[in-house]
Amino acid sequence: MEEYNLNEALGNAKSFRQKIEEKSGVKLSDCYQCGKCAAGCPVAFAMDYTPRQIIRLLQVGLFEEALQAKSVWLCAACETCYARCPHGVGIPKIMEAVRIEADKKGIKPEKTLDLFTNLFLQSVEKYGRVHEMGMMVRYNILSLKPFQDATSAPKLFFTGKISPLPHKIKDNGAVKKIFENVRAKGGNV
Amino acid sequence: MKYAYYPGCSLNATGIEYNISTKAVAKHLGLELWEIPEWNCCGASAAHNKDHLLALALPARNLAIAEKEDLDVAVPCAACYCRMKATQMEVRNSAEMKKTIEEVIEMEYSAKNEVKALLDVMVNHVGLDEIKEKVVKPLSGLKVASYYGCLLVRPPELGFDDPEDPQTMDNLVQTLGGTPVNWSFKVECCGAGHSTAKPAVGLQMIEAILRDAKENEADCIIVACPLCFLNLDMHQKDVTSGQDLNLPIFYFTELMGVAMGYSPKELGMEKHFVNPVPLLEKKEILRHPSARREEA
Ligand code: SF4
Ligand code: SF4
Repeated sequence: MEEYNLNEALGNAKSFRQKIEEKSGVKLSDCYQCGKCAAGCPVAFAMDYTPRQIIRLLQVGLFEEALQAKSVWLCAACETCYARCPHGVGIPKIMEAVRIEADKKGIKPEKTLDLFTNLFLQSVEKYGRVHEMGMMVRYNILSLKPFQDATSAPKLFFTGKISPLPHKIKDNGAVKKIFENVRAKGGNV
Repeated sequence: MKYAYYPGCSLNATGIEYNISTKAVAKHLGLELWEIPEWNCCGASAAHNKDHLLALALPARNLAIAEKEDLDVAVPCAACYCRMKATQMEVRNSAEMKKTIEEVIEMEYSAKNEVKALLDVMVNHVGLDEIKEKVVKPLSGLKVASYYGCLLVRPPELGFDDPEDPQTMDNLVQTLGGTPVNWSFKVECCGAGHSTAKPAVGLQMIEAILRDAKENEADCIIVACPLCFLNLDMHQKDVTSGQDLNLPIFYFTELMGVAMGYSPKELGMEKHFVNPVPLLEKKEILRHPSARREEA
């Protein structure tokens, strides 16, 4: 394992820890590193740091490592860890808060997950709902996987499960307004 | 009994048979579902991974419309349900957040009405006794693994059932005359959108669930979420052992409909990727009990 200068890390990083605690509503010192979260996490097999390790990185001030972690993007927000944590630590909220901070800094270690999220929200802003077919086509093109799910497409199409045309809701721009108002309040959208 | 109904995006698209079967079954049970006019997407997992306020505001607009009618909201999709409950709870817990959300949606919303999962509404509010009375084609001999996944029962303060060993769907299966299967993966995560955006990870999660159901001798899996359905049904052929699994997936409303005498077509079941009709035929479930060869 690499060695870190903990004193240095702890010193310059107080504000970031505070930010994550504020955004997530979780006190990082509540975690006593028992590892139960990591044991039950269904995505841990694919993560670079287990959920327990993400908390540890934040506890000891290794924020850069946490911000670069793939784990916060791979987290499926399944809430298993939170349901099982003996100390009620809201790990999914921490994952979410770190991911948003990374996103704001332009750190996106999982490109396809980032693309998926962005296309989804663009569809919602434009139509008020997700247009699954339009989104999947754009996703496949932009992720350079033009044939992903191609074997499913005809059946989806002919059973009416996906439609070539988006359904635009008649909300007099209410949903667009929500996006605008969130932006006006400094939102990350 | 009347509820506001929030179908959510999937029920207009890949989860269309959930919508069809829900409407059929609700009508049959005298449950009135008033679809929220011009409802918008709840933001699903995309919004909360991007911005906390956006994730709260998108559901809030729908809830505010229902609140004007003074109706509790019934939500079929587990992910929408979880997002809507999160908004309701934040508004109830924080006057400041209530104000911010109202400013963003430009509507009043005080979270005085309830948000309920459709499964909860059917089983605990319409009630198993009412449902039992309507069963004409019991699911005799059908071994059903109830799959709850994540967001129906977690986080624990949002759910209406035990987060580790929920029973709501198992009890429903029993009421419909079927046999609930005891298995280990009923609350495991299906990976949600990972099957698309991170297939190497998502498909492995899906396969583990399907295999556990199979190993515990389930004939089929029953779900209460369009995303769980899509993953277990459409992506079943994409997992390594998928071709041999042949495990039909049902929405709980579909099996309710079958037991109440509706045909698979009336419930939209021809749209499944794994054709469930041969299984129902093999078990003679589509026949009236008196015309079955014998009770299995
Ligand atoms: S289960 Fe809770 S206390 Fe244990 S390591 Fe995970 S977050 Fe920390
Ligand atoms: S919420 Fe995220 S970190 Fe927690 S168990 Fe689920 S995938 Fe793992």
